[in-house]
Amino acid sequence: MPASALKVKPVILDFTLTTALGTGKGANLDKLSKEISGLSPCEFHEATRLDTWTGEVKGVEDVEIPTSFARYACRNNKLALLALEQDNFSEKVKSLVKRHGPERIGVIIGTSTSGIRQTEQAYKESVDSQQATGTESGEAPRVGSLPDWYHYRETHNSHSVSDFVTRILGLKGYSLTISTACSSSAKVFATGARAISAGLCDAVVVGGVDSLCLTTLFGFNSLQLVSHDVCRPCDANRKGISIGEAGGFAILTREQEGVATLMGYGESADAHHMSSPHPEGKGARLCMDEALAKAGVGAGQVGYLNLHGTGTNANDESECKAVIDIFGPEIPCSSTKGFTGHTLGACGIVESAFSLFALTEQFLPANLNLVTLDPDIKANVVREHRQEKLSYTMTNSFGFGGNNCSLVFGLPS
Amino acid sequence: MKVFVDAISVYGQGIKDWDAARQIFSNNAAIDNPDSELNQERYQPSTLPRNERRRATNLIRLAFQLAESIQSGSALDFSKTATVFASSGGDYQVMDLICSILATDEKFISPTHFHNSVHNAAAGYWGIATASHESSTTVSAFDDTFPIGLLEACLYCSVEQKQTLLVAYDIKPDFPLSEKRHITAPFGTAILLQPIQTRDSLVALNPGISDNVDSDTELGSETLRPLLAGNPIARALPLLEAIAVGDARSVAYKTETLGLTIDLVS
Repeated sequence: MPASALKVKPVILDFTLTTALGTGKGANLDKLSKEISGLSPCEFHEATRLDTWTGEVKGVEDVEIPTSFARYACRNNKLALLALEQDNFSEKVKSLVKRHGPERIGVIIGTSTSGIRQTEQAYKESVDSQQATGTESGEAPRVGSLPDWYHYRETHNSHSVSDFVTRILGLKGYSLTISTACSSSAKVFATGARAISAGLCDAVVVGGVDSLCLTTLFGFNSLQLVSHDVCRPCDANRKGISIGEAGGFAILTREQEGVATLMGYGESADAHHMSSPHPEGKGARLCMDEALAKAGVGAGQVGYLNLHGTGTNANDESECKAVIDIFGPEIPCSSTKGFTGHTLGACGIVESAFSLFALTEQFLPANLNLVTLDPDIKANVVREHRQEKLSYTMTNSFGFGGNNCSLVFGLPS
Repeated sequence: MKVFVDAISVYGQGIKDWDAARQIFSNNAAIDNPDSELNQERYQPSTLPRNERRRATNLIRLAFQLAESIQSGSALDFSKTATVFASSGGDYQVMDLICSILATDEKFISPTHFHNSVHNAAAGYWGIATASHESSTTVSAFDDTFPIGLLEACLYCSVEQKQTLLVAYDIKPDFPLSEKRHITAPFGTAILLQPIQTRDSLVALNPGISDNVDSDTELGSETLRPLLAGNPIARALPLLEAIAVGDARSVAYKTETLGLTIDLVS
């Protein structure tokens, strides 16, 4: 039975993002419009030898964490803070606190690896300081106690970024971390909408933060999903992902004027495989359908779809099949991962932001790095940035474990 | 946000299942072998295919033990059940392995270890085992993971009007992470929620926010009180006790940000 349309459609008061394209909305919109990619050859510590491209946010490590939050210092929380400082976002949250009270503002953030980089460094230091007798190649080395500077809770733990954001903003409401791999910071919108609908919150800060670390660079590499070239979503010769990092936030509210409306959301699972998508895009179809039904919007009314479009063989083909099943072959769509890389737990918020740009500025973002469209992909992939009249946009985010989320945005009513 | 509890499972130090827990709550029965090593690590998830079963981590075994216990006692179609999985830190043991390997020169992380490191690994396997296309989420709120995970499950169940399975679990980290994350024994609970009353419904829960909560409701059972300090998910115990004993009207939780009260209605 199709879902019924949402009675309460949260308004998006505002949003901000910081990616490899730059800090804040202006920098991101500028590069998006000029079709300038933020990808660069990977120079991230020992991962440099993987010979890949990354969407690195320059200057993250230089961000200063306030002294009272010193234990939270790690790349991920620095990126969160950098993102929060853009576009007067914190000020907007402060005025909501004045209006509703701090206990009525929720914080729901998505992340996949949080501050695991700290743990990577702590283990390395511990191993290096051991008098290690030679371990067999491939065996885990002996690890001793971890250094005093290492604080698990405030850095590596999944909830650390939500906890950090909640404290920095002085909030005392519903605070939660969603960690469902690449759908994490799309699902935060759905959960935020529910929290508002149920009267648990008057507003919710939703967002996503994920940062470069050896775990994902070496991990995706071992799955042979990382490209040595820039990622080329939908290209006949695509060879995998380019990993990126990003931080982004949005404010969902009830009954206020904003930049756009969250019309609907869909969530589903593939029930297929832990690291490959359903080949026919079954889970993708279900969540796109549900998002449209909840939005009360017909497929023909959606003017642009931001693909999950990672640049892997499996994802792009199965996703585009599903898109055509629902929308037909005409709907303009593109993957923006050629701009930012695959920002994993943050790709939901980043690509929501791009879908919101498309809506508010009335344009279609280009699918970068596309040389030859895969002949098996029949979707209408946007190759060049162009102005377009849009009423509704959709974004897809699909994660490991076959965890899927689609969001529909509309202009303010 | 009123929802109905149709089934419960639990596993912890000396508590091998919900029946055992009810005996301890109601009759102050002794804990079953409190000092013995738990057998949880040898649990064989029956709904996983053989290869996945063999390679399942301790975390996945714990989550499956809880979920399969509910499934085996129910006629419900689990392919139609949404899930909320909740763990404060996920697979500490896989994280330890990955970070150890990353400290070597080769840095070869096996594909299986990598996809098992995602916080939603257990939920992903459960979705595959039950062939469920329904929504699945996996959350953390650090030591508030149980009350917040429960609230999230109630929110999903009542707003979306769908049967929802909450599975909350934490395992013990090994050294050296054990020095930085204090969890001394595994603990987990699964709760099956329905948006409307069924003939299996044990109790209705109505969660709400209160600024009058100073601390969690005290656990009546003295036998089980030592478990609270050993695992954040053990904070489920006062609620489970209230459901088992049946005379409490409300259970409260004090989280880092808000006070949660859960009214129980028979």
